[in-house]
Amino acid sequence: MAKLELSHLNKTYSPKIIPVKDVSLDVDDGEFLTLLGPSGCGKSTILRLIAGLEQPTRGEIRIDGKNVTQHSPGDRNIAMVFQSYALYPHMTVYDNMASGLKLKRVSSEEIRRRIEQVSLFLGLGNLMQRKPGQLSGGQRQRVALGRALVRQPDVFLLDEPLSNLDALLREQVRAELKQIFESQNTPVVYVTHDQTEAMTLSTKVAVLSNGDLQQLDPPRRIYTHPANRFVAGFVGSPQMNLLDLKCEGKFAILGNYKIPLPGRMTPPPEITLGVRPEHVRLAEPSDTHTLQGKVILKENLGMSDLLSVKVKGAENQTLRALLPSDRPWSAEEVTLALPPDLIHWFDVETGDRLTSENLQPVY
Amino acid sequence: MTTTIRERERRTGWMLIIPAMLVLAFVYAYPIARSFWLSLFTENLGTQLQPVFSGLNNYGRMIQDGRFWQTIANTMVFTISTLVLELILGMGIALVLNQAFKGRGAVRTIAIIPWALPTALIATTWAWIFNDQFGVVNDILLRLGIIDTGINWLGNPAPAMLSVIIADVWKTTSFVAILLLAGLQSISNDLYEAHSIDGASPWQSFRQITLPLLMPQILIASLFRFAQAFGIFDLIQVMTGGGPGGATETVSIYIYATVMRYLDFGYGAALVVVTFVLLVAVVALAAFFLSKLRTATTGDA
Ligand SMILES: Nc1ncnc2c1ncn2[C@@H]1O[C@H](COP(=O)(O)OP(=O)(O)O)[C@@H](O)[C@H]1O
Ligand SMILES: [Mg+2]
Repeated sequence: MAKLELSHLNKTYSPKIIPVKDVSLDVDDGEFLTLLGPSGCGKSTILRLIAGLEQPTRGEIRIDGKNVTQHSPGDRNIAMVFQSYALYPHMTVYDNMASGLKLKRVSSEEIRRRIEQVSLFLGLGNLMQRKPGQLSGGQRQRVALGRALVRQPDVFLLDEPLSNLDALLREQVRAELKQIFESQNTPVVYVTHDQTEAMTLSTKVAVLSNGDLQQLDPPRRIYTHPANRFVAGFVGSPQMNLLDLKCEGKFAILGNYKIPLPGRMTPPPEITLGVRPEHVRLAEPSDTHTLQGKVILKENLGMSDLLSVKVKGAENQTLRALLPSDRPWSAEEVTLALPPDLIHWFDVETGDRLTSENLQPVY
Repeated sequence: MTTTIRERERRTGWMLIIPAMLVLAFVYAYPIARSFWLSLFTENLGTQLQPVFSGLNNYGRMIQDGRFWQTIANTMVFTISTLVLELILGMGIALVLNQAFKGRGAVRTIAIIPWALPTALIATTWAWIFNDQFGVVNDILLRLGIIDTGINWLGNPAPAMLSVIIADVWKTTSFVAILLLAGLQSISNDLYEAHSIDGASPWQSFRQITLPLLMPQILIASLFRFAQAFGIFDLIQVMTGGGPGGATETVSIYIYATVMRYLDFGYGAALVVVTFVLLVAVVALAAFFLSKLRTATTGDA
């Protein structure tokens, strides 16, 4: 039905505050794009630019090929779910959902039909005459969602819609959201700082930092091929090990372990190695390249143990390894192996990914 | 002896409330009760200031008293005109002060000054502003060529009422504005943004979001202003003394004259009782609506 295109968006509040620097991306029908990044990186600002609540300093927003940059929010046929839900406190649930349709002069017949359908879908049927003040957090969240769904908009915008729910409810609603939006053949832009939400819900993730797009890829690829050091460190939990190492010839040096650099690279004097804790494993007898270390901290995560290991021969480097709880190891000296195909290399200066794969991004 | 927590709490509650009740009893209940008692007597120059029991005679006299009804009418005209004007202007000012602009803090402080000034001072100033020979108003109107000869503002019935209304509106609008501003600030901006995404114009947002959510503050402001305006004394006493020919005489001024000038204590007391009952009725009505409204906006019973 519609396609959302952002091209070279920039929002400058003052020379020092530029929450959106130069962001271009497309969201197609049925695509679920997540804007992921730490707090203050400009996610909400991008959403507000799309909604028309803010005017971009530069750049263009197109919906269905039509330039809507100068249109007022009400003329963009967009629905937005706010982090605070922004339910009208003096209106019943029904009136909250009907408000937007009434403003658009939809017949009351049609309004009733749509609200009935959506409330059935969301299980809101018996709450229609209540005021938001009489609802639980989860119910309010659902009403906010319902208010967006009845609009049948060209684009859905959601700003951290789950952040006010408790952990258990969040997981449940997350699963529901996925179902709901899979059935809507409409572009969705979803803002979160929670990587689990980004990974589970999205078809595409845009990782942002300081108002710049760091990577735009499907969630799996964000995890397997982080475009730079920032993405590598931000996505994945526990956080990826990022170690700055000296190079000698075609090897990076970690303690007394020489790690071969990937094939065609001209060896720099220094390089950043990235390896996820879940990919570090206990060495097998068959492993030729291993490294030893002393366990300085063990965190029990239930299913597995997260070890912090001081690497022998490089006492200032700590490597974290996620090991299954049932495997025995000695705290004084563990022997670990790093699978070569799961090692990421980054430029020490720029933080960019160095392995060639990154040069041809695959969507 | 053991007491339940509930009993103990109730006892503490009573102990905390009794001092306030005592103060209220002495300051409000006693004078009103005493006034009512006094109103059952005739005590004036005719009785050589001796109280003579006369039952409800004073109340009967009141029904016949054209001057009393005129003062009630004057008071209502003054109260309703000032209330409506102050609410409309106060709302406008509050909406402006709620916007972000440079120097907003300073403007907010300045806005409250007229309300903080002593009324007698303001009344004297406004009396001079409306003076027929030296007043600023006549001067401006003459210069603009709107009138040929100066209007005797305070010397004619309708202009005099208009003058005191203008003076009161000038003095009290800022109070209403500050009260409404507090209400406006409690309305989350998200609501307006959600509404604008829904396609609402600013006017529709004002009607559908601002007004209903501001209703408690509007009612409280109205209540305050009603009670104050109904008892208006100082401003009018200084500006016109109730004149000309009783055209601006309000109930308070009439009561004052009855007691202090005509030394008619019994009748004055009856006037006080009736005014009091009228006021209490209106306040009770407003309080009822206020609680209704609170239920309507939050859904809490
Ligand atoms: N109206 C504004 N005026 C000035 N700075 C703002 C305004 N709105 C947001 N910012 C700044 O822009 C940055 C990004 O904000 P935001 O988009 O809300 O971040 P996020 O949603 O990613 O946490 C923040 O540093 C914030 O302080
Ligand atoms: Mg945000």
